Amino acid sequence: MLAKRIIPCLDVEKGRVVKGTRFLELVDAGDPVAVAARYEAEGADELVFLDITASHEGRAIMLDMVRRVAETIFMPFTVGGGIRTLDDAVQLIHAGAEKVSINSAAVRTPELVTAVADRLGSCATVVNIDPKRVVREGREVWEVFVNGGRVPTGLEAVPWAQEVERLGAGEIVLTCMDRDGTRDGYDLEITAAVSKAVGIPVVASGGAGCAGHLADAIEFGKADAALAAGIFHFGECTIREVKELFQARGIAVRPALHHGHA
Amino acid sequence: MVTIVDYGSGNLRSVQKSFERLGHAALITSDPDRVAAAHAVVLPGVGAFGDAVRALHDRGLVAPLRSHLLADRPFLGICMGLQLLFETGWEGGRHEGLGVLGGDVVRLDVPVGNKVPHMGWNTVSWRSAIHSKAQAGLSGDDWFYFVHSYVARPTDESVIAAVTDYAGPFCSAVSRGRLFATQFHPEKSQAAGLRLLQTFLESV
Repeated sequence: MLAKRIIPCLDVEKGRVVKGTRFLELVDAGDPVAVAARYEAEGADELVFLDITASHEGRAIMLDMVRRVAETIFMPFTVGGGIRTLDDAVQLIHAGAEKVSINSAAVRTPELVTAVADRLGSCATVVNIDPKRVVREGREVWEVFVNGGRVPTGLEAVPWAQEVERLGAGEIVLTCMDRDGTRDGYDLEITAAVSKAVGIPVVASGGAGCAGHLADAIEFGKADAALAAGIFHFGECTIREVKELFQARGIAVRPALHHGHA
Repeated sequence: MVTIVDYGSGNLRSVQKSFERLGHAALITSDPDRVAAAHAVVLPGVGAFGDAVRALHDRGLVAPLRSHLLADRPFLGICMGLQLLFETGWEGGRHEGLGVLGGDVVRLDVPVGNKVPHMGWNTVSWRSAIHSKAQAGLSGDDWFYFVHSYVARPTDESVIAAVTDYAGPFCSAVSRGRLFATQFHPEKSQAAGLRLLQTFLESV
């Protein structure tokens, strides 16, 4: 049976992991390669690297990082952040990423999603959707925001998710902005609504504060995977603990590794 | 030395580095002559069936691959490299594959609520009757990384080396003589994947 995936997300700026890490025993806890290897050893099912560097020089640094990570680990990883053109996506895949994730550019230029899917395959094409609960004309809507939650788009999460599937995306990472960073748990209502509305996998993101929240995202949010950053980086819980909880709650999971790693 | 066939389908370094990790040199080439001369061939690949077939034709790789396979020289197919062995692929229209195995490649047909692509870690059930040595050292407890929307349907069931459950069983590995191919990605499956590649190397 297909396992539900547990995915640590690393924010990277100028080739360095930012927002902290608990891996104090690592010689360089900000080195994405070292942190990726550590998560691989712990049994992470995939990794996501989010490039928060906006500059042009940042792209070259990111490509170099992707090459070095791909050289070190034996598991799939996704790279997102600042992908604006087909060429951006192709370069990341050629550098060794399994998937690329497109966020703001998917809203501004939806044809980019199709171009990436045609060239690299739907399986490699991920779209990030960042909804926020807002009231429009007396009605609550789940509006999609871009640029890190600053710019409203007028799009609603569920129909936009169906649209990106039609455009060729093979996966959606759904980051509910009202919960992101709160540690109050994922927005299960929006997550379930989006996941049920599409035929492609949905990764829940935003709000994880404990292992139970990830299990909730799968069980009640109907997500195919749960992504978290802070709780893993700061050591509130380990991937092994999350996997043990999944097993206890009857959620299909790939057991944490018992006999070392590659 | 294993020879990894490059037909422009993306990054092949992950496959190469897996063999290197096992202490085995691996050459990446798109040269038909080198493929024709190779002892052991690895055919990886992601993307769409039609594009892959066209890319093999454009590079003159179909003939040496077919000769290699028909001579029963050591072969490992990965993901698209499994699907291409079959006669017909139905992704984006009808396309002719290498045709060394009977059958076709169709979209995963799963009940509503099951997502496609089938993406992530799943287990495989190895069939006890297969002749390939590739099952040695592998168990049903091993997890492998899958990412695909299409699956092979062999007409000859005896080539099915393994099945995987995703709302029903599908063919996740095939084997015939020294031909072996997996729908999953051993090069992205951590220790279990390296063990599988090791058993392939031992059979070469």
